[in-house]
Amino acid sequence: MAQHIAHPHRDDLASKIGMWLFIFTEMLLFAGLFLVYSVYRYRNPQAFHLAAEELDTFIGTVNTIILLISSMTAAMSITAIQRGHKKQTLIFLGITLFLACVFLVNKYFEWGAKFSHGLYPGSEYLAELGHGDVLFFGLYFFMTGLHALHIVVGLVILAVIFFRVRNENVHQTNYVLLENGALYWHLVDLIWIFLFPLFYLVT
Amino acid sequence: MDNKDHHIVPYKTYIIILSTLVVLTLISVAVTSIELGALTVTIALVLASLKSVLVLIYFMHLKFDQKIFAIMVTGIILLIIIVIVITFLDYFFR
Repeated sequence: MAQHIAHPHRDDLASKIGMWLFIFTEMLLFAGLFLVYSVYRYRNPQAFHLAAEELDTFIGTVNTIILLISSMTAAMSITAIQRGHKKQTLIFLGITLFLACVFLVNKYFEWGAKFSHGLYPGSEYLAELGHGDVLFFGLYFFMTGLHALHIVVGLVILAVIFFRVRNENVHQTNYVLLENGALYWHLVDLIWIFLFPLFYLVT
Repeated sequence: MDNKDHHIVPYKTYIIILSTLVVLTLISVAVTSIELGALTVTIALVLASLKSVLVLIYFMHLKFDQKIFAIMVTGIILLIIIVIVITFLDYFFR
């Protein structure tokens, strides 16, 4: 028994499979919501068409590009940690966190503008517009709201990982946590890739 | 266990993928601003699918990781497509 070095059990492959399984449940959740959206859109084409034109395509496009860039920096942080560059990893994660905040600020102004026009779930103005608009904005607020919630969760996860990288808990030979955090962030990006055209573009 | 030599993706690859994604986004914004009727939805969804495949393959490392991940993701995507198709078949031919 020469070997007495403590070897904490670690299985990166299993840990990543677990993360992917969780991502699958998220994909199915949003797929169900997209299905609801498609069926209601099919039943109320006119109302959905007019309501969708209320949405600001410019803010939507800017937010799409922000999320795409943040996804890239999240992916780059993995390259950095694999090469053992701690500082670069932190910079890339920092940029990702910053862009996530910018996304949320944009969302705040976007929602705020809708609210000030009397467009929010349960508003009297919305009820006057008719059934189709109630459905459209109900789904709009629920789906973009649920997505924004995922952004907030991703923000917390990546912030925790940021500090763990700084404390050397996550490093060149043990970075599966960073990989899983980045996977979650890409999922958030993936969902937005479909939310954006369905709500903002297809009018 | 898992293969020790992890593939390190160069930054350049990510920058190329990001540029492609941004170009595809701008194309979808430009195309959908033209009134094309039912075609608009199709084009928007095709472009979105293309973008999500790029994110899955490169950003989410499906190309570089063990095959098991790509197999699982393909399975789930097929499941989602089947669920959507069956729902719509039921909806149209009820």
